[in-house]
Amino acid sequence: MEKRVVFRSAWLPYALVAPQLAITLVFFFWPAGQAVWFSFLQQDAFGLSSEFVGLQNFENLFGDEHYLKSFKITAVFSLLVAFSGIAISLVLATAADRVIRGALAYKTLLIWPYAVAPAVAGVLWAFLFAPSVGIITFVLTKVGVEWNWVLQEDQAMTLVVIASVWKQISYNFLFFLAGLQSVPKSLIEAAAIDGAGPLRRFWTIVFPLLSPTTFFLLVVNIVYAFFETFGVIDATTQGGPAGATQILVYKVYHDGVKSADIGGSSTQSVVLMVIVIALTVAQFRFIERKVQY
Amino acid sequence: MVENRPLLTLWSHAVLLAGIALVAFPLYVTFVASTRTLEEILQVPMPLLPGPHLWENYSQVLSSGTTRGATAPVGQMMLNSLVMALVIPLGKMAISVISAFAIVYFRFPLRNFFFWMIFVTLMLPVEVRIIPTFKVIADLGMLNSYAGLTIPLIASATATFLFRQFFMTIPDELAEAARVDGASPMRFFMDVLLPLSKTTMAALFVIQFIYGWNQYLWPLLITTDESMYTSVIGIKRMIVGGDALTEWHLVMATAILAMLPPALVVVLMQKWFVKGLVETEK
Repeated sequence: MEKRVVFRSAWLPYALVAPQLAITLVFFFWPAGQAVWFSFLQQDAFGLSSEFVGLQNFENLFGDEHYLKSFKITAVFSLLVAFSGIAISLVLATAADRVIRGALAYKTLLIWPYAVAPAVAGVLWAFLFAPSVGIITFVLTKVGVEWNWVLQEDQAMTLVVIASVWKQISYNFLFFLAGLQSVPKSLIEAAAIDGAGPLRRFWTIVFPLLSPTTFFLLVVNIVYAFFETFGVIDATTQGGPAGATQILVYKVYHDGVKSADIGGSSTQSVVLMVIVIALTVAQFRFIERKVQY
Repeated sequence: MVENRPLLTLWSHAVLLAGIALVAFPLYVTFVASTRTLEEILQVPMPLLPGPHLWENYSQVLSSGTTRGATAPVGQMMLNSLVMALVIPLGKMAISVISAFAIVYFRFPLRNFFFWMIFVTLMLPVEVRIIPTFKVIADLGMLNSYAGLTIPLIASATATFLFRQFFMTIPDELAEAARVDGASPMRFFMDVLLPLSKTTMAALFVIQFIYGWNQYLWPLLITTDESMYTSVIGIKRMIVGGDALTEWHLVMATAILAMLPPALVVVLMQKWFVKGLVETEK
């Protein structure tokens, strides 16, 4: 789509885009280019000189079992976050779509966690689940569960998943609610007249019509789990115990900042960029499809 | 509602109440902990009703911080957070609205190329280019400064897209009339486009305020000086490892303080918030 009426000026448009382009060049293209460049270099042990090693870094990376483990953990983590977040929010949104009395109050009370920083969400849940003082730990101990996420790998994963999902529920909820409210009422009424009960109507009419929203949220939640949950993990498990919650982004940070392995960290950055680009393309292809639909 | 099913309505209310309880429970425990002393929290189980130490704890963190871990006053950290939460949205809007204006209302060589350059930045969140971006900031001498905290996060394709989309919906007749009347492009921009963009800006501001306030990885990387910590970083630094060593009552008071401004923005500006959320994601 293009504007029919435009202004003419030889210099003005360049002056107008200049500030944004300048910032983009300095803080996006320059570092991204360096990441790609570093990923082909290997530094010596003292960081004094580096040599061009081609794809060696990538070979090392994919031969590294820690990295492959981190890949697997990221996949498990993001699927858990995406599916449980979407399921819980869908149930809540369906309920919110039905009630009339108190609808605004319910909505307000459900959306505020969006405002909580991931790191703060992590701290809140880490406190509830704290091995010695946590209130939930106390209850779990009463019912016979030995809880210590500092040592138990599965429990550490459970903790970061809960904190991440908790923060994301409000976002999913709002999108599902908007989706539900745009389902044509006449379809539901027709089905009701034909004798379909609420559950049947939900699975045969509402859920299929919501599928664009669901797919969109799936991609957004996976991106969220890949990147934004960095705060949750850094504030709670810091990738531990024994790397059990070390997702890819955390590993980039850990290797680059804490272990100062610039080449390795940059190589991981490049792999992540490829993943983000793939996810973004998937999302845009889908949006194009939705426009036709 | 299609049909009257009291049981189903009752069930819906029950589900929503359960959801709210689930969402609010951590907040409640945090609040209780922030009104207690450390000794009370360290009892197992900790008390579940608010205690009398609210004023004491909050005034201590605001004016002098914790005694272990990060020791800078939280008041200063909140101020730093506020700077990020204001400069980032305002800066984003300023540079995006003019670049969107150029891209929509002018034809010039390289227009599409510029558009794609901006578009690509959507795909590169800070998280994937941590080390090189850090190096660039260090080379530019921007560590531990407000400029370093805000400027790299100002470039954003989202805002440019949003303005571009909105400008596309403005009738051509307006620009035509302005041209016939002999208005310069900037005059048209200032007197017609900007006033029309108010709602878009309000929505964008709410979303970006929260984005700026909640930044984590970026300030974590480039601030080493405690007086430059944001409140979110401060909380993280106050946790010193080991349940018994952390001053949980102060950490929890700080957590409440760090949540309050963005939560208020979401609740009080709900209409703009929902609009902004739904539109920036399109």
